Amino acid sequence: MTEIDYKKLGFKAGLEIHQQLATHKLFCKCPSELKEKGEKAFERFLRPTQSELGEVDRAALEEARRGKKFVYFSSSSSCLVEADEEPPHEANEEAVDIALTVALLLKADIVDEIHFMRKIVIDGSNTTGFQRTALIALNGEINGVKIETICLEEDAARKIGENGRKVEYALDRLGIPLIEIATSPDISSPSQAKEIAEKIGLILRATNKVKRGIGTIRQDLNVSIKEGNRIEIKGVQELNDIPKILENEVKRQIELIEVKKELEKRKIGEIREEIKDLSHIFEKTGSKLIKNLMKKGGVFGVKLPKFNGIIKGIKYKEHRIGKEFAMYAKIEGGGIIHSDELPNYGISIEEVKKIREELKCNEMDAFVISAGKREVAIKSLKAVVRRAREAIKGVPKEVRKALPNCFTEYMRPMPTAARMYPETDVPPIRIDKRRIERLLKNLPELPDAKIRRIAEYGISMEEAKQLVYTGKDEEFEKFAKKYKGYEKVISRILLNIMGEMEKEGYDVSIVIKRMDEILEGLSKKKFAKEALDKLLRYLAKNDVSLDVAIRECNVGFLEEEKIRDIIRKIVMERIEFIKERKEKAVSGLMGIAMKELRGKADGALVNKILKEELEKFIFQ
Amino acid sequence: MKVGDLIEIKKDGKVYRGVLMPHHAFSGRNIIVIKLENGYNIGIKVDKNCKIKVIKSFERRSAKKPKIPFDENKKTVALIGTGGTIASYVDYETGAVHPAATAEELALAVPEIFDLCNIDAKILFQKFSENLSPKDWQKMAREVARQLNNKKNGVVIAHGTDTMAFSSAALSFMLKNLNGPVVFTGSQRSSDRPSSDAFLNLMNSVRVALSNIGEVVVVMHNSISSTGCYIHRATKVRKMHSSRRDAFVSINSNPIGFVNENGIEFFGGYRKKTDGKVKVMPKLNENVSLVYFYPGMTREEFERIVEWKDGVVIAGTGLGHVNEDWIPSIKRLTRQGIPVVMTTQCLYGRVNLNVYSTGRKLLKAGVIGGEDMLPEVAWIKLMWVLANEKNVEEAMKKNIAGEISERREIRSLHAKNFI
Ligand SMILES: [Zn+2]
Repeated sequence: MTEIDYKKLGFKAGLEIHQQLATHKLFCKCPSELKEKGEKAFERFLRPTQSELGEVDRAALEEARRGKKFVYFSSSSSCLVEADEEPPHEANEEAVDIALTVALLLKADIVDEIHFMRKIVIDGSNTTGFQRTALIALNGEINGVKIETICLEEDAARKIGENGRKVEYALDRLGIPLIEIATSPDISSPSQAKEIAEKIGLILRATNKVKRGIGTIRQDLNVSIKEGNRIEIKGVQELNDIPKILENEVKRQIELIEVKKELEKRKIGEIREEIKDLSHIFEKTGSKLIKNLMKKGGVFGVKLPKFNGIIKGIKYKEHRIGKEFAMYAKIEGGGIIHSDELPNYGISIEEVKKIREELKCNEMDAFVISAGKREVAIKSLKAVVRRAREAIKGVPKEVRKALPNCFTEYMRPMPTAARMYPETDVPPIRIDKRRIERLLKNLPELPDAKIRRIAEYGISMEEAKQLVYTGKDEEFEKFAKKYKGYEKVISRILLNIMGEMEKEGYDVSIVIKRMDEILEGLSKKKFAKEALDKLLRYLAKNDVSLDVAIRECNVGFLEEEKIRDIIRKIVMERIEFIKERKEKAVSGLMGIAMKELRGKADGALVNKILKEELEKFIFQ
Repeated sequence: MKVGDLIEIKKDGKVYRGVLMPHHAFSGRNIIVIKLENGYNIGIKVDKNCKIKVIKSFERRSAKKPKIPFDENKKTVALIGTGGTIASYVDYETGAVHPAATAEELALAVPEIFDLCNIDAKILFQKFSENLSPKDWQKMAREVARQLNNKKNGVVIAHGTDTMAFSSAALSFMLKNLNGPVVFTGSQRSSDRPSSDAFLNLMNSVRVALSNIGEVVVVMHNSISSTGCYIHRATKVRKMHSSRRDAFVSINSNPIGFVNENGIEFFGGYRKKTDGKVKVMPKLNENVSLVYFYPGMTREEFERIVEWKDGVVIAGTGLGHVNEDWIPSIKRLTRQGIPVVMTTQCLYGRVNLNVYSTGRKLLKAGVIGGEDMLPEVAWIKLMWVLANEKNVEEAMKKNIAGEISERREIRSLHAKNFI
């Protein structure tokens, strides 16, 4: 497969980064800490409000009435404010300061007065039915990419379960301050997207006031290509996944464009929603799958004119439109089988033929069947028809969810512009010159400057960069200041050994906790630095003292007398060699000695003893 | 330049474009608030170096005049608006939130109501409830009577929550021979929010208004869940929390019942509606003081407050006490025929002036024990009694509108404890 030419495709992407701040909640004094689920506190319904005089949206209302019941659980991380039982307090000034600092670092224009807004959200994730959010700054810039907006907002409640009409939320996360940074869609390649996300992440961390760890930063992507459409991808967890996810999305859009072109070529007409009951065809079917599903209701099918051979994929089979059909059906609760994958699942050629006849399919047409409960199957097939109709137009605008394998799946159609109105319970915040001057005076060190400074500890620029990028620079500095002369070792532990251990599944937090003890032991020459790999792994698994670990790993330094004995033995065994080489024999013997003593003696000491012993021998 | 106009502000080489918003009360003086295209409001400081121009003048989209549905097979409930946030509307264009200003807006605030009955809506006045006065209670009482005597099954009064218990208690004394339920309701979370308690409160109020109760009641959330409402007797209810949606609590009695979509569950007795006509006795003697005693409050202070008053209600300590120094002053009042009624600032429990010597002295000085009446209910009652009854002491001790309970059971299922 040839490389994708993103420029030619008109690739455009933007980022939206949400980062939790390390301060108390935005509108109350609750700690921004996730707790256990907590106790069941209350249940609510949310209801769309009436915006315009007299325009009663019966449909929306009906929807809300049948709507979901939200059950909320509270712990020591939530109070009456999160419960929507007490008005919000004034906005957390520290959170405002952090947001302003980030805005300054991103060279954005800070507004003169901050106004909190209510953004309507009625999925229950906000007890109020809206999210409080404020625009802090506009028009920032990072590496040539424009930052459109920097907002300060409250995080949503944590969904912990869903069961039919009932959705359960924990209140602990609700109200944690978040910074939302949105770039303009100027990003021109998947790798650049990752680079920008990384840079923004570094700047956020540079404030030292952001939360670290899983779930504390969330990345959303939006992406489009020229003939395609704008797609939003939610919930990207790993920075490293960004390029692959974007590449996959581009391929998916190319595939959909191919589908559109092919359908045009075949002169596709209208796709009718004529769903037929095909149960009679399967009365004596050999397909166990169909037989079981039929017990619940029946088998239903619909014709997709001109789709034959298209559903299984044209250019990128892994992004075939069949997958989109399946997801649409899944949301309605059903499963589908399409003609491109038949005969299969025990469905015979005969049965396929009969379906084609029944649905009046010619060789250009395809069909989709769904088996099971009647209403579900019909709803699922209707969804497939809906999606197939979109295929004629190309790529539909939609919101998709990022999956761990870097693919995405359909979530919901693109929402219309959010409805927002002022949060009148929170007074506006005037940003005066003095405040900005104070923040400018205390501006944190930017990542590039930090890398240069860290490298001055005597490690390479590359190592320094890695320490900063992985957020281990703080720990490095702490230990490097304390254990002078061990800077390289510390960097190796933090970057290489811990990295490998993490991959192997070790809990490296224990290493960090015992770092002082380990470096202390190293500086007192209790063991050799070559033994670190083995020793750290042992300590991560066993809760024992360092001395015990050294003994168990058999990596302790030998006493000088024992080393001398071993070296004497080596010397005695190679008398001829020494006679021949005289003083020059040292380097050869050193290699042999170290082979035997690695991890048990300091190299310098071995060298010293070896020289002494040789001299003794030669003078004799 | 007016609110709603699309404007452009040029400032220090930057251009901001957005819709001009109303000035926020707490905004800086030289701040202009605009709504950007992305929906956010921002404040921009303007000075003489800024250039502002109007891009597009605001024109209000003409809203269709709503029609109120009517079904002749259904009963009719009168919905009277007096203020409060139970029917609030957001104008997403300007961000302004305004309470229902017309009968239509009020009636259509919760369109599901029309599944239950017909609604005859009327805005009586638009006031913050802290700005209401006894004159407004009289207006409400007359309007309620007019509605009930005009073939309405019941009346729902939308009211601000702060003084709802005052208004409802006043109407309890003024309205006699009720031929339908009189239901006060409101909202602790304004109805422009999806989480508002207004919808549930209003629906349940209408359910109560369709029942056979012949009393003035308050219908509000019974818990912070949206499961249902308590029906409180208006003379026994008090707002006991500044913000919770279950702030209304029946004090020294159980609520009359519980109501939700499944109907009404009664907890005890209540007065049934009559067949006759409602009679209004709206007269009040407003020259009555409610005095909250505190340690160190001098006799002089007390005298200044009660000077020239026709009646006094005291919220005393514990079983009903004030500083002994006050006793001569109180005696002078009662000798002049000015009634002095004692209630307790504990709110929960009954006044008893026989237990301690101060109490006995107060009794001797002519103080009337207010039983387990809430201080503010005793105050309203005294205003009404002074204007309508001959024997004030007898009337104050008599249970007129459910304001006095004879007994309180040990276990109270519906009492609330917010602490
Ligand atoms: Zn809180």
